[in-house]
Amino acid sequence: MLRYIASRLLVLVPTVLGIVLLAFFLVRQLHGDAVEARSGERGITAEQLAERRHALGLDRPLYEQFGAYLGQLMQGDLGKSYVTQRPVIDEFLELFPATIELSIVAMIFAVVIGLPAGILAALTRGSVLDHGVMGAALAGYSMPIFWWAILLIVLFSNILGLTPVSGRLDVLYYIEPTTGFMLIDTLLSDEPESFWSALRHLILPSVVLGTIPLAVIARMTRSAMLEVLGEDYIRTARAKGLSPFRVVWVHALRNALIPVITVIGLQVGTLLAGAVLTETIFSWPGVGKWLIDAIGRRDFPAVQGGILLIAVTIIAVNLAVDLLYGLINPRIRHQK
Amino acid sequence: MALLEISDLSVRFGQFRAVSGVDMTVDAGEIVGVVGESGSGKSVTSLAVMGLITEPGKVSAGAMRFDGRDLLAMPARERRRLLGRDIAMIFQEPMTSLNPSYTVGFQIEEVLAVHGAGNRRQRRERAVELLELVGIPDAGRRLSAYPHQLSGGMNQRVMIAMSVALDPRLLIADEPTTALDVTIQAQILRLLVELQRRKGMGLVFITHDLGVLAEIADRVIVMYAGEVVETAATADLFTTPRHPYTAALLDALPDRALATAAADGRRGRLPAIPGIVPGPFDRPAGCLLQPRCRFADDRCVTEHPMLHPLHPGAARCHRPLGADGLPAGEIGRVA
Ligand SMILES: Nc1ncnc2c1ncn2[C@@H]1O[C@H](COP(=O)(O)OP(=O)(O)O)[C@@H](O)[C@H]1O
Ligand SMILES: [Mg+2]
Repeated sequence: MLRYIASRLLVLVPTVLGIVLLAFFLVRQLHGDAVEARSGERGITAEQLAERRHALGLDRPLYEQFGAYLGQLMQGDLGKSYVTQRPVIDEFLELFPATIELSIVAMIFAVVIGLPAGILAALTRGSVLDHGVMGAALAGYSMPIFWWAILLIVLFSNILGLTPVSGRLDVLYYIEPTTGFMLIDTLLSDEPESFWSALRHLILPSVVLGTIPLAVIARMTRSAMLEVLGEDYIRTARAKGLSPFRVVWVHALRNALIPVITVIGLQVGTLLAGAVLTETIFSWPGVGKWLIDAIGRRDFPAVQGGILLIAVTIIAVNLAVDLLYGLINPRIRHQK
Repeated sequence: MALLEISDLSVRFGQFRAVSGVDMTVDAGEIVGVVGESGSGKSVTSLAVMGLITEPGKVSAGAMRFDGRDLLAMPARERRRLLGRDIAMIFQEPMTSLNPSYTVGFQIEEVLAVHGAGNRRQRRERAVELLELVGIPDAGRRLSAYPHQLSGGMNQRVMIAMSVALDPRLLIADEPTTALDVTIQAQILRLLVELQRRKGMGLVFITHDLGVLAEIADRVIVMYAGEVVETAATADLFTTPRHPYTAALLDALPDRALATAAADGRRGRLPAIPGIVPGPFDRPAGCLLQPRCRFADDRCVTEHPMLHPLHPGAARCHRPLGADGLPAGEIGRVA
């Protein structure tokens, strides 16, 4: 098992290198750099610009800059933000819990609705319910996130006034971050009623973020379930006199979950990518919004570091899913 | 009173009659062999008896009784309670018929648990006992094995253990040895017959190999294209087959074919019945065997034969064979 993990990690080295390379050069394809972005409209002389560029090393040839950056990475240093002068890793870790919290809640939403919906659709195959679920899933999958978010904001915030539009918490509250997860921190604070505020702030962003994974999970669950229900061992289970309920929940579901879990794992990437957009729409103070802001400021170290860290997170989750897969699928478990 | 009594059983998938007008009785302690080529409706018949035909299949029957109880009128729940406890079934594909995600112990204990037999510890003990009964060595440790860790023969033994766990009175074995190696086939066959004798079960043994039935069956039912074409006591069927299809199946048995060839001084190739069982879209008019039958006449082409009682047995044929293996003349036609 350890050898397996080690071999998987080894394979990742070129992947990570590729990501570093891509992030480094892509961000430099953008028009302008941090110095220009900061100087703004105010008159600034050409010498001053050049001086500042020199200070950041931006006047050196690209390959030299890249070499220096790689050297830095080797020592585990992601560099400092051009804008705040703080280490990129510190900024990232400070904001990361907000993104994780949003992503986890979005994923819970997607699984809790998507899994039963897919099972129900499979069990009532061809019925109105089945067509309804699959139609909704297709709509959810194809809907532009931005448009969907605005639709929900207009309905739930503007018209019904049920949910807040932005941020993580009412301005009335100030919660000292302990874990970084607002739902937990509010409960730990001396104002536990602020938990409800945190929860209400989470609803719309996680619905928006969870919609695509929900659609994917529902569709995958349905097809996996249909396939499993046609297997010989399901016939055996029924021949034993088991109730239809037990046949589905004990014998079919366990096997149908194997491909579904893989898909859920793959959705983590979608989710983190979606978080960038969702956080921007809802002014959610996570790494997604931070990354977009950093791009706007041409804060190269922050962008490069952010992309690298997000990529590593996705890779780590996928690896974890693979290991989990082995846990629920005995055929894989015994191969290793 | 017969243990299982079925009359006029039909199963349709859309317009296609996979099984049509099948009668069958099985007595306690009796082995009834069902034989026929692939596609002749053997599995569909047994699934219908179990009540396991799913959409879009439609089952109808004149009567269907187990131990005098009407299976057709019974609520689904009550019928389910019979399954695995009073009527059990084992299948052709041992490698796919067990759930890959659960240990064999779990799957054996489950049938006990669902039918309320014993507590957890007793069920575990019973599972060990059952695995020993079906000849699995190191039974205690095997309980925690997954199906993919066992061979086909071992899995089929597990299936058998599971099916006899609650001492059912009727066991339906649908080609239980077809997927196995020849040497394993004989072992499984012997195991099944031994269990049947010991427990006095009724056993429906389904196969496409008539030779197997010679040794074990009391009676044989021959199926073709969803119909019973001949039924007789095993000895009678093997000495005087009345239906040309049965005769052809017998001729195709290796030892007979070789004997015939030796008698004729030929070096034998196995005779095969030309053609295949008609499927949903190519059922002929008249007798379903007619395009493949060398004795077919005009009447066979136009008129669908009934199952005529003969002595002994019964055959669905306008021109049943006599002791000489040739049609003895026509029956059932009013002079
Ligand atoms: N679920 C089903 N839907 C449609 N046709 C089926 C189904 N199950 C079986 N059949 C058809 O019924 C016929 C009899 O099948 P089966 O009982 O499995 O044959 P056997 O067991 O004798 O080989 C075949 O033509 C088969 O294609
Ligand atoms: Mg079959």
